[in-house]
Amino acid sequence: MESFIQLLVSGLATGAIYALIAVGFSLLWQTSQTINFAQGEFVMLPAFFILAAMNAGAPFWLAALIGIALSVVVLGLLFKVIIVDPMLKHGVLPLVISTIALSLFLKEAAKDFYSSQAQPFPTLVPATDLDVFGAVVSTQSLAVLVVAIGTVAALHVLLQKTRLGRSMQATAQNPTLARILGIPVERMVLYTFLLNGVLVAIASILITPIYLAKFTNGEVLGMAAFLAAIIGGFNQVRGAILGGIILGVLDNLSAVYISSQYRGAFPLLILIAVILLRPHGLLGRAEERTV
Amino acid sequence: MNRLGVIALGAAAIVAIVAPFFLRRYGIYLISMWAVLTIAAIGLNLTLGYAGQVSLAQGAFVGIGAYTVALLTQAGWAYPAAFVCAGALCFAIGWGLGYPALRVQHHYLAFVTLAFTTLVFLVLRNEEWLTNGIYGITGTERPVFFGWSTGGARDFYFFCLGMLALLSAATWWMLRSPWGRAFLALRENPIRALSLGLDTRRYTLMAFAIGSSLGGMAGALYAPLVQFIEPNSFGLGMSFNLLLMVIIGGSGYFFGPFVGALVAVLLPEWTRFTEGYYLLVYAALVMIMMAFCPSGLLGLIGRMSKAMTRRAPTPPELHAEGTTP
Repeated sequence: MESFIQLLVSGLATGAIYALIAVGFSLLWQTSQTINFAQGEFVMLPAFFILAAMNAGAPFWLAALIGIALSVVVLGLLFKVIIVDPMLKHGVLPLVISTIALSLFLKEAAKDFYSSQAQPFPTLVPATDLDVFGAVVSTQSLAVLVVAIGTVAALHVLLQKTRLGRSMQATAQNPTLARILGIPVERMVLYTFLLNGVLVAIASILITPIYLAKFTNGEVLGMAAFLAAIIGGFNQVRGAILGGIILGVLDNLSAVYISSQYRGAFPLLILIAVILLRPHGLLGRAEERTV
Repeated sequence: MNRLGVIALGAAAIVAIVAPFFLRRYGIYLISMWAVLTIAAIGLNLTLGYAGQVSLAQGAFVGIGAYTVALLTQAGWAYPAAFVCAGALCFAIGWGLGYPALRVQHHYLAFVTLAFTTLVFLVLRNEEWLTNGIYGITGTERPVFFGWSTGGARDFYFFCLGMLALLSAATWWMLRSPWGRAFLALRENPIRALSLGLDTRRYTLMAFAIGSSLGGMAGALYAPLVQFIEPNSFGLGMSFNLLLMVIIGGSGYFFGPFVGALVAVLLPEWTRFTEGYYLLVYAALVMIMMAFCPSGLLGLIGRMSKAMTRRAPTPPELHAEGTTP
């Protein structure tokens, strides 16, 4: 039982991080039909921005801010302007290939220009263990959980309660109608990309202390985001959050209780089951088919 | 244009036959790899370019084919039997995989096949009693036909080239049959195809299964070519790479995979002069290429030749890409 609580907490912590990545992923899909195969590398990269800033002498908090800002500019703005915009009119597939190439590009860039070795990364809080009902829970997991849930909550407020967020949702759900209602659709799409830049940077700060800063980090994370978004429902932000959390918890529990060798297989089996039984995801809406 | 196409094809065939006499061992290995990957890409082109379904499992099918041949020949089977077995197995698995996935439309097949590729990788890595895990299988024997041993690099290249010619001729013939027409109809307008009485689901499934089977046969050549197979070779990377070949060459063009595979095999080699940065340069080139010719290289050539002949009166064109090289 103790180990169960422990696993649950760390599972929730990873799940919350997955959820952040998956939300950005599904927002991009909704507003611009971009299936971003480089999303995992987008999470890998900000950690290197932060390390570079720290090497230049900045304290961690400043470096983190610089990392987030760089991530918004490079992975949000530049990604949209240089890669997505010119390709969008050609349909989904060339863009898919382009983001696959981008993921390779970012991975190689991190390796060639920073280091091919795993780098240690500062944690948010000093790592000590707390005693919760007899179970040992690390402060690190708790801190990750708090920050990630805080971010998800802030995101929820932004999207549901503010005018800006509702405009973004309208853009995602029906661009034509949104335009008729006077919403600046292009700007909303841009905001989505910038928001994705923030989300991946936060996810990067949270996950890198656990995984260390490696150029290969993106492979696992991108796959997780992908799976979480589909399991939860590709066209719903709530779905991506739910999918991320299910995935994180399941990943940790199945590794211990079923088989660690096949730990990677369970999310995939769930994915296949979801696609077969509820193809639009747990919380998603069915997409209409047009003639 | 058509005569030009025939000349280009003839020239390419001559180059493909003569090339190994001017190349060193590694060069011959590369063009053999080109032939093998082209077969797999033709299969994917069938699924993607003709039936319009995105599959990210072609690399896994190559893997299944390679392991099937490696294990069966080790168990003492004759190579041709193992080869047929690899193709048949991938056909069956492709059918089984596509059957549920095609209940739903569009990008879902991409996701199911993505998951499938990772599952195959896990099985290949973890079931050590069968696949020898991460240590892989070495030394798959190259076959001997009626006294002609394909053991040497050049001989094996000709064997691969022969198989490529055979399988692409079979595909060409199939695309001209009512089946092939049905595949095209599926891509152009599935709902109209359905209303004309085509069993769209069965045809889509057929395209996917045949495409997977070609992947398996490519794998059956891959194992004796490389002589060392391990799970990592058949992960998502290879599936992405094959998808890249089809798109770069021009999906839906019959000769697209030939061109795409050539680019994907040679480009990393040519950018090797940049030393450690060659993958970086390669990725950048792919992105640039996608931005400027999203319909692939053959699409670009088609556009250029159309622009040149615009002044001449053109005969009314049947809209079926891929029927003319």
